[in-house]
Amino acid sequence: MNKLSMILLLTGALGVSACNNPDRFGAGGDGGAGAPGGITAASLGDPNDPNSPAYFNQTIGDTVRFAVDQSILTPESQNVLAGQAQWMNQHAQYSAVIEGHADEQGTREYNIALGARRASAVQEFLIAQGVSPARLRTVSYGKERPLAICSDETCYAQNRRAVTVITVGGGV
Amino acid sequence: MPVMLRTLCLALAAIGFTAIPALAQDGPLRIVIEEGVIEPLPFAAPTFIAENPSAAEFADQVTRVVAADLAGTGLFREIPQSAHIARVSNFDAPVSYADWKAINAQALVTGSVALGSDGRLNVKFRLFDVFSGQPMGDGLQFGGGSANWRRIAHKVADQVYARITGEGGYFDSRVVFVSESGPKDQRLKRLAIMDYDGANVQYLTDSSAIVLAPRFSPDGSRVLYTSYETGFPRIKMLDIASVTSQGLADLSGNMTFAPRFSPDGGTVIYSVEQGGNTDLYALALGSNQPVRLTTAPSIETAPSFSPDGSRVVFESDRSGTQQLYVMPVGGGEPTRISFGEGRYGTPVWSPRGDLIAFTKQNAGRFHIGVMRADGSEERLLTASFLDEGPTWAPNGRVIMFTRESAGAGGSAQLYSVDISGRNLRAVPTEGAASDPAWSPLLP
Repeated sequence: MNKLSMILLLTGALGVSACNNPDRFGAGGDGGAGAPGGITAASLGDPNDPNSPAYFNQTIGDTVRFAVDQSILTPESQNVLAGQAQWMNQHAQYSAVIEGHADEQGTREYNIALGARRASAVQEFLIAQGVSPARLRTVSYGKERPLAICSDETCYAQNRRAVTVITVGGGV
Repeated sequence: MPVMLRTLCLALAAIGFTAIPALAQDGPLRIVIEEGVIEPLPFAAPTFIAENPSAAEFADQVTRVVAADLAGTGLFREIPQSAHIARVSNFDAPVSYADWKAINAQALVTGSVALGSDGRLNVKFRLFDVFSGQPMGDGLQFGGGSANWRRIAHKVADQVYARITGEGGYFDSRVVFVSESGPKDQRLKRLAIMDYDGANVQYLTDSSAIVLAPRFSPDGSRVLYTSYETGFPRIKMLDIASVTSQGLADLSGNMTFAPRFSPDGGTVIYSVEQGGNTDLYALALGSNQPVRLTTAPSIETAPSFSPDGSRVVFESDRSGTQQLYVMPVGGGEPTRISFGEGRYGTPVWSPRGDLIAFTKQNAGRFHIGVMRADGSEERLLTASFLDEGPTWAPNGRVIMFTRESAGAGGSAQLYSVDISGRNLRAVPTEGAASDPAWSPLLP
């Protein structure tokens, strides 16, 4: 079993996982699509509890969006990320995997590299806000895990994103 | 008027296939592929003679596969057997050229099939240029296990294709690809391998992790691909015979992707992501010492070797958008070769060395195109909502690629097109499929 699967099980047991947030795909380290038959259950936590990952995901916001072919953080994104950094600085028991994603208007390999750029932009911002680099990892899914599945800009805008996925543990 | 028949050489082989090469004999019958064939050449393929009763079923199937291979190129058109006047009852009987000429068959393929008591199939064929009344090359025979009847048929068709076009064949080859299922936002992907025509599908991985972009080794025995098994994209190498995979050198937790073998199979070139920057590396297999080839802060990915192993073509956005560059194999100053409108990615050097195939994105459309290695003579072969990831047939005359349809129900399908832009056709697969990689011609 790999380390991330272990983390998923652990978070399930502790009941504080964000990993089955229905708005997110490919969260955590199971490659996105669960193996057939592998049903996991995990509590989302209470979004009214400022110490829960659910609060992080839904109230602070776990996602920032990007312009076409860009990895620049807008002022709005920087506000969200400042909130993420503050929460992480107050909750040292958590780490994060930052997922970078691209829309489908690009070639597969380029989109992996572009998603990596986006995830890295978020990582650098969080580090600059005081989050220890040891608590942050990045992964790019390229265009493999769209959030919205239509083929026009309303969906593409949602898919060009970086998602900060909270995991249990002080260092990944 | 009896036709002079050359002695059919007979050969036996314990394993695999045996073939006795025909003499080079260029008749007037000739298709030049580069020119783009508008009117396919009519041929007749009467059902191969079954030399014994147990061979009858194979004789029929082998004939169908040979005819389908040829017609599938778009260069040939089969004259239906119902239109045939002459009946071939004996493989060595004289050819009634007049009867074939009467139905306008320009090429005639005859054959016979024998099934040995040891389960080995022996397939003989001859090719005739009907209008000049001459055989084209010598008769030839292939032997192999009856389970390999499709491969034997492909070898016959490769011979016919090669004799008429003067190009190498490509029918006895395989394609490794990504078999897709599930909804667009939770796509399940697994590696699969099949014959070039979609037959004999075998799955190589399960769909528990995303897998992308498999690439054959030059001898066709191994496949490099990218897997999310660890939660992060990492290159793996799979041995096809044993269906076992191993990770490539672990670069301390970085993402690695876009691998490709060198023409000698000894080196892998690929992309490594570090701190948001993607660069090219080369790894001599067995060395565990990756060599960094590019150091720009831009994205460098999708590398492909020239067939002589001296140069690498890749894509980079160092100019601000994705473009194609060529550099010496050891690294060094890259030369930009793409200058048209739009963005260029996924370059792949033709096995013949003459052309580079690529994906082009312009004005909201995707294209598969080809250009010379210096970037000149760019030609777009396809256009759709999303075409990407070309791979070359072993003879460098046909390209297979992924075409994905738009929308929530969009799905991927494999297509092929020849380098003149003609004969665009879907490759039959059971479900959705993407990221094809064409093998070399099988031995």
